[in-house]
Parts: sequence; structure tokens; C-alpha cells
Amino acid sequence: MGPLASGIGKLYGVRGWVALGACAVILFLLFPLANLALPKGSLFYISDYTIALTGKIMCYAIVAVAMDLIWGYTGILSLGHGLFFALGGYAMGMYLMRMIGREGQYQSDLPDFMVFLNWKAYPWYWSFTDHFWYAALLVVLVPGLLAFVFGFFAFRSRIKGVYFSIITQALTFAFMLLFFRNDTGFGGNNGFTDFKRILGFPIATSETRMALMVATGAALILTLLFARAIVASKLGRVLTAIRDAESRVMFSGYNPVHYKLFIWTASAVICGIAGALYVPQVGIINPSEMSPANSIEIAIWVAVGGRGSLVGAILGAGLVNGAKSLLTVAFPEYWLFFLGLLFILVTLFLPQGVIGLLKSSREKRA
Amino acid sequence: MFLKKIAQALGLAAFLCCTHPAWALPADLVLAVAAGESDEQVAAVAKLVASGDAGVETYFQALLDGEVQVAGGKRVLIVKDSRAVDAASGDKVDPLPADLDDPIVNNRLRGALEGARSALKLNSPDRAERLAAVKALGDGAREEMLPLIAKALAAETDPQIRQSLTLVQASVQLKSADAAVRMAAVKALAQSDNPNTKMLLLGLLETKGEDYAEPDAAVRAEARDTLKAVQSRLSSADRINQVFTGVSLGSILLLAALGLAITYGLMGVINMAHGELIMIGAYGTYLVQNLFRAQAPGLFDWYLLAAVPAAFFSSALVGMALERSVIRFLYGRPLETLLATWGISLILIQTMRTLFGAQNVQVENPVWMSGGVEIMANVVFPWNRAVIIGFALAVLLLMWFLLARTRLGLFLRAVTQNRGMASCVGVPTARVDTLAFGLGSGIAGLAGCALSQIGNVGPDLGQSYIVDSFMVVVLGGVGQLAGTVYAALGLGMANKFLEAWSGAVLAKIAILAFIIVFIQKRPQGLFALKGRMAEG
Repeated sequence: MGPLASGIGKLYGVRGWVALGACAVILFLLFPLANLALPKGSLFYISDYTIALTGKIMCYAIVAVAMDLIWGYTGILSLGHGLFFALGGYAMGMYLMRMIGREGQYQSDLPDFMVFLNWKAYPWYWSFTDHFWYAALLVVLVPGLLAFVFGFFAFRSRIKGVYFSIITQALTFAFMLLFFRNDTGFGGNNGFTDFKRILGFPIATSETRMALMVATGAALILTLLFARAIVASKLGRVLTAIRDAESRVMFSGYNPVHYKLFIWTASAVICGIAGALYVPQVGIINPSEMSPANSIEIAIWVAVGGRGSLVGAILGAGLVNGAKSLLTVAFPEYWLFFLGLLFILVTLFLPQGVIGLLKSSREKRA
Repeated sequence: MFLKKIAQALGLAAFLCCTHPAWALPADLVLAVAAGESDEQVAAVAKLVASGDAGVETYFQALLDGEVQVAGGKRVLIVKDSRAVDAASGDKVDPLPADLDDPIVNNRLRGALEGARSALKLNSPDRAERLAAVKALGDGAREEMLPLIAKALAAETDPQIRQSLTLVQASVQLKSADAAVRMAAVKALAQSDNPNTKMLLLGLLETKGEDYAEPDAAVRAEARDTLKAVQSRLSSADRINQVFTGVSLGSILLLAALGLAITYGLMGVINMAHGELIMIGAYGTYLVQNLFRAQAPGLFDWYLLAAVPAAFFSSALVGMALERSVIRFLYGRPLETLLATWGISLILIQTMRTLFGAQNVQVENPVWMSGGVEIMANVVFPWNRAVIIGFALAVLLLMWFLLARTRLGLFLRAVTQNRGMASCVGVPTARVDTLAFGLGSGIAGLAGCALSQIGNVGPDLGQSYIVDSFMVVVLGGVGQLAGTVYAALGLGMANKFLEAWSGAVLAKIAILAFIIVFIQKRPQGLFALKGRMAEG
């Protein structure tokens, strides 16, 4: 075993690795078998809908981990993570739009919305997006670069706390307005939809959906390990110290700007990747993904699960979004009440989230 | 005595004239309109109009209404309810001739008739009717009507009608074959500040291949000069408009942000439900309006007087309840406050949806707030916006008075500056917190009341203002009113000016980008507190 492998091995204890392995087996083995191999009437058959939902929620879970890194560990509440998520989604969406080819409504080389705007050619920022790997590069670069530039200016002038939150919200809001414009070249308020294929495979078949779900699961596990590696390292300890007493960190000779900038950019990149995995699975991306409400919702996933606990963030994303897909179908008018109450109750009574609840009950038993 | 007799005789004659509508139109023209070739018809219409006889209007109206018949191809009759009148003389015709034909009224003739009717109405004593006539005349004016227009222009005293009429006259004259007439028309246009003038002049300068629409070079040069003059006058009107709408938007932002200046600026509570408190104020206004409509329709025009306190207290009560039940447990934890109040805003939005439906509700302006005052051509200040500007100023003054001159204000400032010390000297800090939050919330309610007068009232009303009002507070700096006022007005003006230049969305984006950059330079806002206060 090289030093890297042993380093990774130390990220979790035995029980942690066993649990992670079990999750991997369920996701990568049992789900595909139950969905693809079993007949539709079988007791253990898992429907395409469940697969799609699982994939979607895992995308959210990746975002929640990213949010936990920046908020739970570093104490910076970002209200702009929905923006990075959507930007990654748009980058992937551009590739998927190019892959529609001439099968759009107007049978043109250009996407329908450009035909509608009477454009004759792709604008410059669409060039090369028909290559998957270039689009994948954009998925990482665009949110990363935006976060880096924005973070550089914000952290350098020591904008923190609520100020930072509000400014990120304004940034998100501005981008939403920008993407709502038809002339911006991203399909206006309809965004991108009606995708046909990805990497040459038709996008709506069970097999492709399964592959996307598995890819998302792999991304989630990798993200979790990456995040764990960060928070377990010395870097992670500095981040936590910044959260708890930033001035003291400064007086000890660290420059918090570098640390914050790194974790902020990394967090944005992770969000972008999640967005890129999300778009082919739900089949649509539009500017409403950038609405300030979406970004705040991310915060509540993490708060429900438990800030400062990566597994908690994943748990929170699963719980809240699971509840959302149940409640919005069963009682659509009560979902906002539920969500609102969740915001209030969690902040008032559950500062450590569900994970904290579990921990304290375990300690009581011990 | 003699004079009196004459007057009586004249009166009698006038009376007879009215009862026996007799007039004298040239019979050949009357016939030409009803039965001639298309060109003849139109030419005859113009000649009849120029004659200015009282019977022309009746005749044209009858033609348009399909009440004209031609008897034997010679005599034109106006037939109504099987009673006939000779169109040329106005004499009664009895019995009805047998050989009646319908005249041919095609679209071209119809257009000419309608234009002519408008031209005739130019002399009406009623201002509104004259104004409508000028508007209707518009493109339909023809050269033959020029004398009539000139006559009307000479008699006209109303500046607005005069102006439109001049424009119509000039547009007809510009089509004249005589270069001198065209030149005079261009010169007359120099006085106009109507936006249509620009189009008219630009039309002259258009080119078709090598040829200009206007063949005469001197007229073209004159047109260019005139265009420049008109344009500068128009753009100054535009600028005044922009300043007004900018101040108006600024006053709205100010109202929305003033409450926030207390709750966020002074108390440090980041209240994401502030927009929803605005929304509650707007719905309060809506309820009061409905109450007045149902119970006291006679007083409907004054419902706002009751709505203002109703909006204030409904929002203030909700705000105080929130402070007591949720927010006070989160003092000193701004990020948690942000999330909890966001949850509150979701609940408030959904509550309003459940109570009033997701659709917008109608809030009407009282009569005295609708319409506007026209400062100059193209510059209209709507009353509702003007009233809101005044209202914002009043609220601002009241708030300043409250903070600077009353005991509550003193306590509030004491608590925000040094909570522990204030508590030690006997200030009931918890109650002050509740009251202060109630005050901020109530002012949000007032903003809602004002907003209901100019925009839609719906459950999502607050959402659109929350980002803007936070921007105002962030830009203005925490802890004082002056910064909020400058920031609100500045943002309002900047928004409107950029909007004219780049469109609404880009303007908004530019503003947000500007604020983000601005915060780099002055993280504490426009008016930063100095010294130890800054580290609160």
C-alpha cells in the first residue's frame, strides 16, 4: 500500500468503510439488477421513476456536501450555491443541446430557441461545446472561475457573515435575471430541454438512466471521500478554526483568505459537477434553478442533517428531498408550510441536526 | 323696445331654423359624393368640407350610417324611419320617391368621410370632442381640408390641441407639390415637441436609392435643423421623465428599505421575511378597500386614510409576534436568523395563498390618485407616484422624529449601542426589542400600502423587493437613516437611467455588479460608522 492508499484508508474507521461499501453495493449492484434484470411485475422490481429520483437526490446530496464544506466547516453561509449548480448544469446542457442535432422542431443545426431568435450561427461561447470533454471542462471551469474571482474580491475585503450571504444572493439573483434574457443565448426562461442523446446513447432509456444514476452515485462517494480528506487534514482544522475564531487564526500567522478561497472554489466546482449530472437525469435546465429560494433550500438540507458532519449533509439532502417528492404529490399546498416550519424548528431546536440527535441518543444509552 | 322686438324676431327665426333644418349644399357635389366615380367622390367630399356648411356633417353622418338613398340617379335623399329629407337643401320630401338606389360607399370613401367628419368637429365647442377630432384626423387629412384646419387653428386656444393641429397641418403641407409650402411647414414644426414630429421629419430625409424623399435641398437642410431642435427638446423631456421615474422608484425602495434600516440596520436582525411584511401591508390595504366598497361606497375615495394605519398595524402585529416567538431566541446568531426568517417568509406566502388565492388581487386607486398632471408635452407625472413620493418623505420624517426625539427612539439607540449598559440603567431591553421590531415591520406595512397603489398585489409581492431593499441597506451602510435615503434614491435613479440606456434586466445586473464592487471598496457602506462603533 502506497502512502496515498493508506491515507485514504484512514479517512474512516472500519465501520465507516463497511457502511460505505454496503451503500456502494446497493447502488452499483442491487439497483441495476432490480431495475434492469427483474421483470416489471416482480416484488423487488425498482421502477425507472425511483431510479431517476435516487439519481436526482444524490445530485442534491453532492451539493449538500459542498455546502457543508463551506458552511458547516468554514462558517461561511453561501446563498449562491444554486448558481454554481445551475452553471454546471448549463455547461452540460450546452453539450446536450448540440447533440440534438437536426432533430429539433425546426430541423436546423441550431437549437430551436436560436432559430426562433433568428440567429444564423452559434455565439462564440458555444464553440466546441459539441465535444463532451470540452463541455466537461466547462462544467468545472465556469463555476470554479466565477467562484474564484468573486471569492477573491469578497474575502480580500473581509466581507463575512450575513454580508457575504446577501452578496452571494444578489449575485445569484443577477445571474438569474441574465439567464432569463433571451439574448443571453441560453434559451431564456425555457432554458434547455428535449435532449435526445448523451455520448451517442439515447437519453431516455432505462439503461442510460441507470448509467447516469450509477455515475452520480460514484461521484457522490468520491465527493464524500474528497471532502472527508479535506476536513481530516490540517487544512480542515484551519478551516474549522476560521469558523470558530477567525481573528485568532489571523493572529496565529495564517492568512484566512487563502483557505477560504480554496474551500469556496472547491465547493463551487463540486456543485457544478452535481449540476452537470443532474441535467441529463431530469432532462431540463432553466433559470429558475438559480432563483434565490433554491440556494437557501440547500442550506436547510445541511441544517436538517447536521452542520459539520458530511454524512449528515447527505442524510439531510435525502430526508428533505424525499419528503418534498412525497409531500408535493400528496399535499402540494402544505409543502411550503412544512418547509417553512422546518427552517424555523431546525434553527431553534436542532442546531446539530438529525446527526446530532442520533449522537446524543447514542450517548445517553452508553 | 324696438331692439327687444328685433331680438325676439331673431330668436324666432333661429328657432324656426332649428326646427326646419334647411341648408344649401351644391347639389352637384352632393350627388358626386353619393353616385360619382371613386376619385370624384373623394374630391367632392373635400370640397364639401371646405364649404363649411352646417348640412355637411349631417349628410356625411347619414352616408356613414347607410341612411342615404339616391332617387332616380339625380336627387340625394337622407332616409330615416321612412321619412326622407333632401340632402342638398334639407327640405322634407313627401311622399317617398319609388326609384331609390343605395349609394356606393367603399372603404376609400368611408375613410375620406371619416376624416372629413373629424375635420368638421374641429370647430366643436367641446374641448374633448375637438381633441378626439384632431387625433382621428391624423393621417386622414387631405390638402383640400387645409383651409378648414387653418381656420380651426386660428380659433383654437387650447395649447395641446393647437400643437396636434399644427402637426396635422404640417404633415399635409409636407405632401404639397409647392416647395415654399413645404418649407413653411418644416419651419412651423420647429415649435413642436411631439414625438411624432421626429418621425415626420425623418421621413423627409429618407433616401430611396439616390433620391431623397424630399427633392428640394433647401427644405432638406431646414428639416435637418428642425429635427435637431425637436430632438434636443424631446430628449430633455425624456430626461425629466427619467428623473421623475427614478425618484419614484427611489421613494418606493426607500419605503421598502426604511423598515429594514431599523430591523437590520439598527437591531442587526436579518429579516428575510421583510418582503412578506410588505405584502401583508398590501393585503391589509386590499381588505380595507373591500370593506369600504361594501359598507361605505360613498367614502370609497378616502379608504386610504383608513388603510394606512391598518397596513401599519397589521404588519407591526405580525412582526411583533414573530419577534416574540422566533427571532428573539436567535439574537446574535445572524445566519440562523436568516434561515429561520426565510422559513417564516415561506409560511407567510403560503398562508396568503391559502387565504386569498395565488392570483393577484385588485387594489384600486382612489379617484384623486388616478390620472396625472402634465408638466409639458410627453411629461406626465402620475398622481399615484407623486403621492407616494410625498408619502415616503412623510414616513421618513416621522421615523427620524421617532428615533431622534422620542423616548422609544432614545431607548432603541441605547440598546443597539450597548445592550448591557442600557439594561443596567433600567431600559427594558426585551420590550424595546419587540417594539422596535414592530416599528420596522409596521413601516414595511406602510410600504406595502404604497405599493398596492402602483403595482400588483399578490402573495409573491415581497419576494421582488427583498433583494432590492437589502441592497439599499448594504449600500447605505448599517446603523443610520441618511445612508439608507441616499442609497435608495441613488439606486432608483441609477436603475432608471441605466434602463433607458441598456434595458431593464441589464440595468439591474449592472447595479448588482456595481454594489458588489462597491462593497469591496467600502465594506461598511456609504456612511460607515467610525471608531469603536464599527466593531459592534
